[in-house]
Amino acid sequence: MSSELLFAVVGALIFTLGVAGTVLVANLLRRILAFNLMGSGAFLVLVGLAQRGGESDPVPHAMVLTGIVVAVAATALALALLRKQHEMKDSEEELTEIDDG
Amino acid sequence: MKRAIVIAAALVFGGLLINAIVDLPSSPVDLRIAVADNMANSGVSHPVTAVLLNFRGYDTLLEIAVLLLALIGLMAAGPMLPPPPNQPADALLQKLARIATPPVIVVGGYLLWAGAFRPGGAFQAGAVLAAAMVLLHLSGLLSAWNAQLLPLARRVILVGGFVLFLCISVALLAAGSLLQYPPHQAGLLILLIESGLTLSLAAILAGLFLFLSRDNGGAP
Repeated sequence: MSSELLFAVVGALIFTLGVAGTVLVANLLRRILAFNLMGSGAFLVLVGLAQRGGESDPVPHAMVLTGIVVAVAATALALALLRKQHEMKDSEEELTEIDDG
Repeated sequence: MKRAIVIAAALVFGGLLINAIVDLPSSPVDLRIAVADNMANSGVSHPVTAVLLNFRGYDTLLEIAVLLLALIGLMAAGPMLPPPPNQPADALLQKLARIATPPVIVVGGYLLWAGAFRPGGAFQAGAVLAAAMVLLHLSGLLSAWNAQLLPLARRVILVGGFVLFLCISVALLAAGSLLQYPPHQAGLLILLIESGLTLSLAAILAGLFLFLSRDNGGAP
């Protein structure tokens, strides 16, 4: 197996791990991480397949570069929403405690 | 039970995916040739930068818009709890951060310049500068940003790269079509756009961290 194909196959495996994690894991933080793993796998597939036939193709490379930055931003937004949800849950619990007491 | 089903399905899916990749026919369109043929008109000599800023400049324009949108969404989610009390920052960490920051800024500037002819460019430079800001924040030298109290200068830097890129692409509409640079000025325009993008990207990427941080960073 050539090295570029190896990259792509490993990328596909990482993507599959990410899919399984996203479906299986209940914890939202871990689900975000699993989703990121899917993205990393897709990037690896793109970068690997871009090198088929000797010279590397700059177009998938540029796409991956764009994708990485967007993935970082999307992850940060997801984390912000996750924390918001966490805080709202906490304050809700406090309110119920006050009501009970 | 659910676990076993998902794992089995994932294995089948992974197998199909790998099978598809191994059997993938070579693409009917070879973009390498198209890129190589037009490199002379792109204004830069590194193909990835040429694709990012010239041939597929549209992607980059929308990308910076998406980043800005994510940051605005993050700011809108906003902090609810007050920040925890300040912890005294480590003196050695502060010293090292002070020493590391100037070389990191130089590296960022170099990466921006190097993008024209070798791997590098606005994204890498912006990421390096953002990392420096995160380092400064973690060592207590730069306070967290507050979405409610954002100085005008910081707002201008955050949106500046996108606005500059948009203005240049709209201005090019008059000369021809959107984002089609005249070959003679392409190099200069790309450098101008990349400089704006570097500053904005550094601020946005750092902002993704600094808006989320509740640490006051030793500042009052």
